Amino acid sequence: MTQLVSIYRSRWIWSFVAAAVVWTITVMFTGGASMVGLTQAAFTFAAFSIIVGLGQMFVITLGPGNVDLSIPATMTLSGTVALKFINVDASLIVPGFLIAAGIGLGVGLANYSLIKLLRIPPIIATLAMSFIIQSTAIWTNRGLRIRPPQPLSDFAVGFTFGLPNLAWVALLISALIYLLLEKSVFGRWVIAVGQNMRAARLAGIPVDGVRCLTYVLCAVLAAICGFFLASFSGGAALNMGAEYLLMSIAVVVIGGTSVAGGDSNVPGIWGASLFMFLVVSMLNTYGFDAGYRMIMTGIIIIGVIIAASSRTVRI
Amino acid sequence: MKTLFSADSLRILVPAFSLAALLAAVFYLQPRTMSYMGLNLMFNLAVPIALATIAQMLIIAVNDLDLSIGAFVSFAACVTATFLESDPLIGLIILAAAVGVYALMGVVIYLRNLPAIVVTLGMSFVWSGLAVLLLPSPGGSAPEWIRAIMTSRPPFVPMAIIASVLIAIVAHLIVMRSSFGVVMRGVGGNSRSVERAGWSVVKVRAMTYALAGTFAVIAGIVLVGLTTAADANIALRYTLLSIAGVILGGGEFVGGRVSPIGAVIGALTLTLAASFLSFLQISPDWQIGVQGAILIIVLAIRLLLNRRERREKRA
Amino acid sequence: MDTNMSERPVIEITGARKLFGAVKALDGADFAIAPGECVGLVGHNGAGKSTLVNVINGGLGLNEGQITLSSGQVSSDFSIRVARAQGIRCVFQELSLCPNLSVVENMRIAHSGLSGPGWRSQARSMVDELLDKIFPGHGIDSGRAVSELSIAQRQMAEIAIAFSSHGAPTALVILDEPTSSLDASRAEQLIAYVKTFNAAGGAVIFISHILGEVLDVSDRIVVMRDGKVVSDKPSSAFTVGSLVQAMGSVAAESAGRRTVAKRAVSEAPVIAFPRERDAVEFEAFKGELVGLAGLSGHGQTQLIVDLFMSVSGDWWARREPVAAFVAGDRIVDGVFPIWSILLNMTIAVLGRWQRFGLTDRAQEAEYGRTWHEKIGIRTPNLDHPILSLSGGNQQKALFARALGTSAPLVLMDDPMRGVDIGTKQDVYQMLREEADSGRTFIWYSTEMDEVCVCDRVYVFREGRIVRELEGDAVSEENILAASFGERVA
Repeated sequence: MTQLVSIYRSRWIWSFVAAAVVWTITVMFTGGASMVGLTQAAFTFAAFSIIVGLGQMFVITLGPGNVDLSIPATMTLSGTVALKFINVDASLIVPGFLIAAGIGLGVGLANYSLIKLLRIPPIIATLAMSFIIQSTAIWTNRGLRIRPPQPLSDFAVGFTFGLPNLAWVALLISALIYLLLEKSVFGRWVIAVGQNMRAARLAGIPVDGVRCLTYVLCAVLAAICGFFLASFSGGAALNMGAEYLLMSIAVVVIGGTSVAGGDSNVPGIWGASLFMFLVVSMLNTYGFDAGYRMIMTGIIIIGVIIAASSRTVRI
Repeated sequence: MKTLFSADSLRILVPAFSLAALLAAVFYLQPRTMSYMGLNLMFNLAVPIALATIAQMLIIAVNDLDLSIGAFVSFAACVTATFLESDPLIGLIILAAAVGVYALMGVVIYLRNLPAIVVTLGMSFVWSGLAVLLLPSPGGSAPEWIRAIMTSRPPFVPMAIIASVLIAIVAHLIVMRSSFGVVMRGVGGNSRSVERAGWSVVKVRAMTYALAGTFAVIAGIVLVGLTTAADANIALRYTLLSIAGVILGGGEFVGGRVSPIGAVIGALTLTLAASFLSFLQISPDWQIGVQGAILIIVLAIRLLLNRRERREKRA
Repeated sequence: MDTNMSERPVIEITGARKLFGAVKALDGADFAIAPGECVGLVGHNGAGKSTLVNVINGGLGLNEGQITLSSGQVSSDFSIRVARAQGIRCVFQELSLCPNLSVVENMRIAHSGLSGPGWRSQARSMVDELLDKIFPGHGIDSGRAVSELSIAQRQMAEIAIAFSSHGAPTALVILDEPTSSLDASRAEQLIAYVKTFNAAGGAVIFISHILGEVLDVSDRIVVMRDGKVVSDKPSSAFTVGSLVQAMGSVAAESAGRRTVAKRAVSEAPVIAFPRERDAVEFEAFKGELVGLAGLSGHGQTQLIVDLFMSVSGDWWARREPVAAFVAGDRIVDGVFPIWSILLNMTIAVLGRWQRFGLTDRAQEAEYGRTWHEKIGIRTPNLDHPILSLSGGNQQKALFARALGTSAPLVLMDDPMRGVDIGTKQDVYQMLREEADSGRTFIWYSTEMDEVCVCDRVYVFREGRIVRELEGDAVSEENILAASFGERVA
């Protein structure tokens, strides 16, 4: 039994194994020339998936039907508004960051108010919300692309001790999230709610409070990610969050978090994020089109959740 | 009088009234729309949306949600504009195989107890990828016959209206009147009791998904008949529109309570809402946001109706 | 057994064994029923009745044992489909119609052969005819959705659908608590119809908590206990008293009412929960064992859940909880299936071991060790998954979760369901000690012996409290009289 548990616990290792295999294949194709560059790029881009993935992981841990589809719109809005507020003035970077986080807070609260007040599935609430946020972003942006101030963009593209700064940010956030999930009462409550919401309520857990805080946390992480992504890519673009919708779900699922809820995994998010980036760059290296990359992405996600569904077959 | 205004009949009447009210408002704003041509123009694009809405409704009838409808309709449109036009046989085979994949998806979701949201989200990438491979840039051309049907001008009543009524009747017969429709809704209402009565739930679900796939394929074909060309993103927004249409038309997310006639009315209302907004000269920035807001308002009205229904039952 | 040799049993089960994890739901049970016979099936909760029923209707496979069909053939792949082809139908305890469909449409679900043009009118005439025959004056419009019918009407519709036949004739109908939502006259109509159905050669298995009803309707009564058939005799050989005796008094010796010190008249209740519909206002005092009695499913669980919800927060957790809840339906209301036993035990008291917002695992483990010993959970290691435990030991973990809190009020929702007698004795002992030290227990139980231990009892009928019994008035006769109202067993 204990052995079974330990294998079960270490499902996330496979995402790292897969990432390593894909890395090796890609490097082999280029004769080792791309080794350093590929690794650095992988950590940079993985950092974004990791930050949004951690938030999505918390939401998915709440149990079946819980998923936040407003992540891309939130990223766009926070990136747009924050850079507009900073307006290339380096002294406003910190307030700008706080505004981004504040937007996340607002979106999270709005999401959960819809879920709670209208009693609708989170997927619909966050989807409807995302349209409103997206419109707000379009309205704020007005086609202008405001550059981030120099120190901010230097930070976003810079390296410290050989690792991208953004990867360090992601690492810091991951460590905090890990503690929150594994060691705090709140984390324990989230996992309990995800396994059995009714039992959680009857064990005295304030279920609404826990769920609301989870949606807020997810939206705040998405907003922070949007802030850094806009700084990294030299300004906010209206479609900049688009690919993170599926990506956030994919890294959670591939990272070994159970879509049935109540069982999540922080390290797996790292392995999965690196893997997802490396697959795309491998397909690029081998000259596959966008179409093939999308098909592969879809198939990998479906394949992984089928493989991860160890439940007994019901006929 | 009492039965006419019971909560249950309100559920069907509300979408019908809102359609009528919206139509009156449009006529008032633009009297020129009150003509054969005007109606045809306004409702033309509602036909494929109505078909996609019926497809979504079938999936919702068995308590799932399909986030791949938009991508799938786009894919079907791309096949129509390419293979179905040049090699009708190959085109038909591809579309039939796609319907088969839908049935398979229904089986896998049930047997492995997977979340439909994640599986269909993954599939949406596969369909989009395939569509991009077929038509990397907008193009193709519509088969003559569908073009002829969609542009035909029957006397007195525009084609768009006739098609919508036809779709509503056919879907009503299949879902509400036929003996298969009963079992299908039974699976949504109480899957366990259907199983206890000796039915194979997996077969019922496979057939439901296949039927949904068929409606979505027809939506793609009809869409190409209207637009004469296709591209990989042509119907992506159908995912939200179809969900909103089902809900607007009185369907519920769980419990097998759906209404095909309502769903078609819902689709017409949403299409009309877009025209209405443009007549009101609302900035295009907000178009998408207003759609989200409409969805939220509809759900809020629904909640009020449900409360009323419950109160009625208690009385 | 008085089955006629010339007539083969509709179905015969021998040596049935069924395990759920470590729990023996069926432990070598034999059962047979002949055409034209009505067999009453009685036993306490967890005696194996519903498992046996689910085996007969094909919903559950056996671990061991043999099923013989009416043809005399031993069935190797008995399933729902085979059972239905044999004409076996079942009315389940919980509503098992599709609520979104009309009664007519539910007929279609029940009969796969009903299809093709005109199936609707055919189904309607069949079900209307049967409803008129079984429950004259039923007032059900079979075209309406089931969710719009009253509970009694739903049950009538379900019964009529079960007795209907299309294609294969209905040979055996299993009625699991069919009268739980019917009033006395409807129950009589049903019993009368069962007799005519028997006369026409149909067989019926009748399960009810109301023993008088079972005696009235059955030709033969089978008594189950601990997954075995302990008695199988013509009903004329039983009385209500001898049936109760045969079912076995689970907690007979453990009883012995506590002697509570008379409370001062002025003392305020620990909790009061006034509701308009109740005949008597609900209150509980310090150190009291308050019982909730009545037929199962008549609103007792609802009161406990509502009460718990009203004193605990949806948005914030109180530092010191007012109430703790012990689930009876463990899987639905209690257990966190992925977690270990320890995590299941500590979820309600985590706040105690926080340092800088983080949980001190060592203290948590220490707490687990204390309760492991105190409540005697049979496992070598609390880190094992909760589902590796037997039902009784899972229940102990849930008791530990609730009793470990500082809550002055403990709410128990029939927690002894499917729990072995040893566990029960351990828990009774602990409850008594806790109550003596000033805790208040509110205890819903379907076992009469447990209710009779309580200091004060509220009796429920149809969702409301109809009677309060106190002290020596707490007796089986008084509780039964109040639970049945006019329908005295």
